[in-house]
Amino acid sequence: MSLERFISDAISPWMKREGPESDIVLSSRVRLARNIHQFVFPIAADKESAHEVIGSISSCTNEEETEPLEMLMMEKLKPIQKRVLVEKHLISPNLAEQAKYGAVLMNDDESVSIMLNEEDHIRIQCLAPGFQLEEVLHKANEIDDLIEKNVDYAFDEKRGYLTSCPTNVGTGLRASVMMHLPALVLTKKMSRIIPAINQLGLAVRGIYGEGTEAQGNIFQISNQMTLGKSEEDIMEDLAGVVAQVIQQERAARKQLQDALKLQLEDKLFRSLGTLENCRIIQSKEAAKCLSDVRLGIDLEILPGISKTILNELMILTQPGFLQQYAGEVLTPEERDIRRATLIRERIKLENR
Amino acid sequence: MNCEECHEREASLHFTKIINGEKTEFHICEHCAKEKGEFMPGSNSFSIHQLLSGLLHGDGHVPNTPSSNFIPPSLSCEKCGMSYYQFAKIGRFGCENCYKAFESKLNPIFKRVHGGNTLHAGKIPLRAGSSIQEKKQLQQLKQALQQYILNEEFEKAAETRDIIREIERRLEQGRDS
Repeated sequence: MSLERFISDAISPWMKREGPESDIVLSSRVRLARNIHQFVFPIAADKESAHEVIGSISSCTNEEETEPLEMLMMEKLKPIQKRVLVEKHLISPNLAEQAKYGAVLMNDDESVSIMLNEEDHIRIQCLAPGFQLEEVLHKANEIDDLIEKNVDYAFDEKRGYLTSCPTNVGTGLRASVMMHLPALVLTKKMSRIIPAINQLGLAVRGIYGEGTEAQGNIFQISNQMTLGKSEEDIMEDLAGVVAQVIQQERAARKQLQDALKLQLEDKLFRSLGTLENCRIIQSKEAAKCLSDVRLGIDLEILPGISKTILNELMILTQPGFLQQYAGEVLTPEERDIRRATLIRERIKLENR
Repeated sequence: MNCEECHEREASLHFTKIINGEKTEFHICEHCAKEKGEFMPGSNSFSIHQLLSGLLHGDGHVPNTPSSNFIPPSLSCEKCGMSYYQFAKIGRFGCENCYKAFESKLNPIFKRVHGGNTLHAGKIPLRAGSSIQEKKQLQQLKQALQQYILNEEFEKAAETRDIIREIERRLEQGRDS
């Protein structure tokens, strides 16, 4: 398969669209956790009741008023196929590895995925490019209402939507944005911003890599509380903080450009050079260089490279995708070689 | 002394934790100590559920001070069979009925996890929503009925009683279907 074809198949169609503030916010996501009345939760369910859950949801999403959804049963997928779905953020690692009778429903452009029999019976997930929290919540609510037409949810007047984990009870809503924050990391401001955000009841995570040492300077900010606040309030609080962080990142970028233009250019061009010429590259170094190149594109220091390169290559250079592209299982050393080849070829596509 | 985790085996490991000057004692068996990585020296593994499990146990870890936090070993959910100890250990409910079965223990947990909140303030599902509205109406009508009886307005009381019966019948049917 040609690289262009592989990339176009591998990247979810929704990711190819450009969203608001997409120089800093890569994507917005909403997840609603729901359970069906009278069925025990997946951790306590047997095969029969788990299959009944799948049956009742697939029949109500099959009606004409919804866009077509494709159903994948976890037990029928190979480990590499599941890994690829995890790397595309379409299913959780938990569904891929733990859930015994898990399944997922996806729409055509992969912006909607409904996980079944994960920790909860139903997990509705909606994704959109850029900063579009309101839109994704609206979409998730539509699907929620549609499912509710056909099934009774486990709902309590006092506690709201009942979920398996006490951290999700109430609204069952987890909203998050993925942000690229290279200037805040470079200017060492991120280590002060993270505790401040935590104090507001929001969580900050590096998506790739652990803790504050986020690979590729990509951070996820999400709400922690699900009980006692309305969906709108939760989203407003999150959106307010995200807007602040966007401003801070923009200010830091300007500061870098004003004070250290040459040093910045040197750093970014070197990273581009590394990606263009590497023969062996580990994921950590690749993520760092890709982040630099993306910053270079946003600041118009590196012209003529498409903006989606960071999003694309952060996904494509993960172990699952590399092995799918290679069509075989690879050792970590072999992956580093494949990763280098894939990145070089991808950048060559830009220079034509 | 029995292990505070499984309540089955003899406790053979005794720990004292001092966090912010607050002293907590743990008495557990070797088996449970291994499962709870935090007790093994040099092990840093920990997950959200372990963290949560710590919260769920609350101060039930101080065995010499029986208090309102004492959890009877029999506390369990009759629908899915999950015991409170199991719930505290894995940090997840087994079914919707667990919320009722463990009701008396939940407020402190929700308060810690959700910034002091214990009551839902968000979306109400459309269908369940209508019966919630009716339940509220029912409460109001019952209060009115009492008032009519006290005031000896028996005609109005009879009318109200009929409306109450009608709503109760509807709610009952809704539950069956």
